[in-house]
Amino acid sequence: MQVRFFARYAELAGCETTALAVAVPATVADVVAEVRRAIPGAAALPERLLAAVNMRHVKLDAPVGDGDEVAFLPPVAGG
Amino acid sequence: MTYLTRNPIPASDLLAEVAAPQCGGTCLFLGTVRDAPADGGVTGIEYSAYEAMAVAEFDRILAEVRRRWPDARLAVRHRLGLVPTEEASIAIAAAAPHRAEAFEACRYVIEQVKKRLPIWKKELRADGTTLWVDPEGRPAVVGPEGTP
Repeated sequence: MQVRFFARYAELAGCETTALAVAVPATVADVVAEVRRAIPGAAALPERLLAAVNMRHVKLDAPVGDGDEVAFLPPVAGG
Repeated sequence: MTYLTRNPIPASDLLAEVAAPQCGGTCLFLGTVRDAPADGGVTGIEYSAYEAMAVAEFDRILAEVRRRWPDARLAVRHRLGLVPTEEASIAIAAAAPHRAEAFEACRYVIEQVKKRLPIWKKELRADGTTLWVDPEGRPAVVGPEGTP
């Protein structure tokens, strides 16, 4: 699946996008665990992460599939 | 509608988009970048976004407005890139037959934007340093439209 990082999280992870293989069925929390394992800079990401799957805000127990785009979002600051 | 722009937002464009003969009240909200002398001075804010999701989120917010206030007409723009102090980072125009709906619809959009829109800002300080703004971690948020 495609994983995206934005703003400060992209700086911490050292990339804006990466492809990760996560065994399905999986949840966003499983993707977080794989991100922390596979990306050295991701260790610095906060414990609690905001996530979106296919451009919708979701909780960490939301299911994710093979073709999904999973995004990790710093606290939003629009407006 | 094009919600995101890298250019200054002409408020008159939004007012023209929502104008209609049946509307007796129009509300215009501008969120502007403000200086923060106590924090060393802010010369501007660099806005970045998860653009495709920001557009999808605006679509959803406006659909919610149409359900709650069916007679309201909405126009909204959010600016990306560097926005200097005093310029608008967001503009929302809401027109409706009566003022109550216009105020409520306009307020709803800005409150939902604050909660949901995947947009981030990096402050440019007068001393040349930059700082990501975290509305959750810093109670004294420096940025457009005051406190979080």
